Amino acid sequence: MSVLSTRDLTVSYHTQAGPVPAVRGVDLEVNTGEVLGLAGESGCGKSTIVNAVLRLLPPKTEVTGEVLLNGEDVLAMKAGRLRAVRWSAISVVFQGAMHAMNPVQRIGDQIAEAIVLHTKAGEKEAQVRAGALLEQVGLPPRRLRDYPHELSGGQKQRVMIAMALACGPDLVIADEPTTALDVMVQAQVLQLLKELQRELGLAMLFITHDLSVLVEVSDRLAIMYAGKIVEEGPAVAVFQDPRHPYTRALSGAFPQIGDRTFRMAPSGLPGDPPFPGNVPSGCSFHPRCPLAFEECPTIDPDLYVAGDGRRAACLLVKRGDPVEAAH
Amino acid sequence: MTTPTPARPEATEPVLEVRDLHVRFAGRLGLGAGLAGKKATESRAVDGVDLQLYPGEVLALAGESGCGKTTLARTIMGLEPPKQGEIRFEGKPLGKSTKLLREYRRRVQMVFQDPTAALNPRQTIYESIAEGLRVHGISRGPNGETEEQLVALALSRAGMRPPERFFLNYPHELSGGQRQRVVIAGALVLDPEIIVADEPVSSLDASVRGEILKLLLGLRNELNIAMLVVTHDLGLAWTIADRVAVMYLGRIVEIGPAEDVLTRPLHPYTKALLEVVPEAGGIDRPFLAGEPPDPTRIPEGCRFNPRCPEVASGEAAAAGVLDACQSQDLGLGELRPGHFAACHLRARETPDDPA
Repeated sequence: MSVLSTRDLTVSYHTQAGPVPAVRGVDLEVNTGEVLGLAGESGCGKSTIVNAVLRLLPPKTEVTGEVLLNGEDVLAMKAGRLRAVRWSAISVVFQGAMHAMNPVQRIGDQIAEAIVLHTKAGEKEAQVRAGALLEQVGLPPRRLRDYPHELSGGQKQRVMIAMALACGPDLVIADEPTTALDVMVQAQVLQLLKELQRELGLAMLFITHDLSVLVEVSDRLAIMYAGKIVEEGPAVAVFQDPRHPYTRALSGAFPQIGDRTFRMAPSGLPGDPPFPGNVPSGCSFHPRCPLAFEECPTIDPDLYVAGDGRRAACLLVKRGDPVEAAH
Repeated sequence: MTTPTPARPEATEPVLEVRDLHVRFAGRLGLGAGLAGKKATESRAVDGVDLQLYPGEVLALAGESGCGKTTLARTIMGLEPPKQGEIRFEGKPLGKSTKLLREYRRRVQMVFQDPTAALNPRQTIYESIAEGLRVHGISRGPNGETEEQLVALALSRAGMRPPERFFLNYPHELSGGQRQRVVIAGALVLDPEIIVADEPVSSLDASVRGEILKLLLGLRNELNIAMLVVTHDLGLAWTIADRVAVMYLGRIVEIGPAEDVLTRPLHPYTKALLEVVPEAGGIDRPFLAGEPPDPTRIPEGCRFNPRCPEVASGEAAAAGVLDACQSQDLGLGELRPGHFAACHLRARETPDDPA
């Protein structure tokens, strides 16, 4: 069952230099018990989608399309309804656990605050529930009385996860949840997130620029470039056998240790991701694409069917040509 | 595109050598504790490191945060004073000779992680790169080039072509990848023998990283510049390194040819590090538990023993080395040709263990 779906979502930021289209028509679907991984580089619009779904965008930002949460349009919700939905139906694990917490409040009180605000529970009941949540994320309940500075980076991120689960949401959005963490701790936190997601049957939208992390935790992947989805499909298939040249380049940036094709052969793309206010014509990827041909600068490709449950926005896919290795 | 040039350490003298290097940071102490006569706990960030860097080789220095890899790189650059030990450049100890230090600082250049922070936002690209030349009093190149020609050459070697186009740009007008190229050009303009790069691509977008790595590898191949690349990313080490050194709690615990270390690791810590490299389709693997270790409290014996899976599984006890693990600190031993590790268990098993 679909928990979150966006239909032709567009977001345009209001700036002094005119509107900047950050998201240009995105359809996403996250189902119960499923992890959708959303990958892309800085400026591709992935965090803008999160903010659009939660209605956290600055005023004057132009948002069109639909964001359906359990079938209800978030963009049309009144303020009261939005408050009710936030945290109890949809919650977020933010990137910088270090900065997302109040440094002068005990973590137990911070977790309990969300519970008191969003459920019918009283203060005492909320504290008990906060203790249970801490245990669930692998921390002893006595840590409820700690202040954030008494916790390590990994522990803080565990607390953030506990907070996200506090009101039993249907959907958890994880926005770069492990980026600031050390490699070992990152692996532990990812494992915890995945376990909880399975155990609670949560729908999860997992966002990061690190494709290798995403493949590990996601069921399906969506790859974004310049405000659009350029490829989607089952996670492992998309990573190991990309159909879009951009996905191919991205997955080539995460070498498999032991695979000799990567040895002494770093692969990358020339140029840089485009600035959202200045997206190239036609296929927005064409100036950097090693396989671009004469039609690419003029035709903006749709997502074409590219195999079982897979779609890719590339004219080569439409033609049925294989997207061969570029290096 | 690039052909692998295997480094042959035995054939040459190291261009840079570090011997028994120790770096410590004093801990902070509250006034009350100070008056009560307590001593601040010292952090042993680098705790006895020996390392050789050979001409034209790429050596990756890997480990988790807090293992001392950045401190080691900074100490090599002279940005932290060592408590003990010496750094030798082309066979000569650095010591206190200002003349030698000055020369050393020209020929060993650093590339930092975040190019935005490394460049002065109010300086043009030209000024940023020419500054190094001016600091070192270089007004002419070896073939009589002018300052402008030297800056242009450095920029174009770093892949900024045509270089003149970027002279008057400011850093904010460039993309992240271009900024990192400017930082690399700033190092190249001084014609270095060694580049020390601290996480050179981790702040860059994934699709841009490969190009910067290609550039670094190309510089090694064309100009024979030796590189010490500090990274937490073993995949990066697999892509560009000739040798890999793995650091744990201020010590190198394993070092050897990249292929050997990364595909047939000897030290249990290296194995654990390889275990956490993300893999397609599965997070259900056992990981090393616990937090990054604390350099103010280095355990007795092998410093990895409290977290070691071989100790936990009883493997070490079965081989009769558990006592040694918990009481004897050990150095690196050459367990395979050119491949060193500091592990009691592995030292017992060798020489014929195929692991």
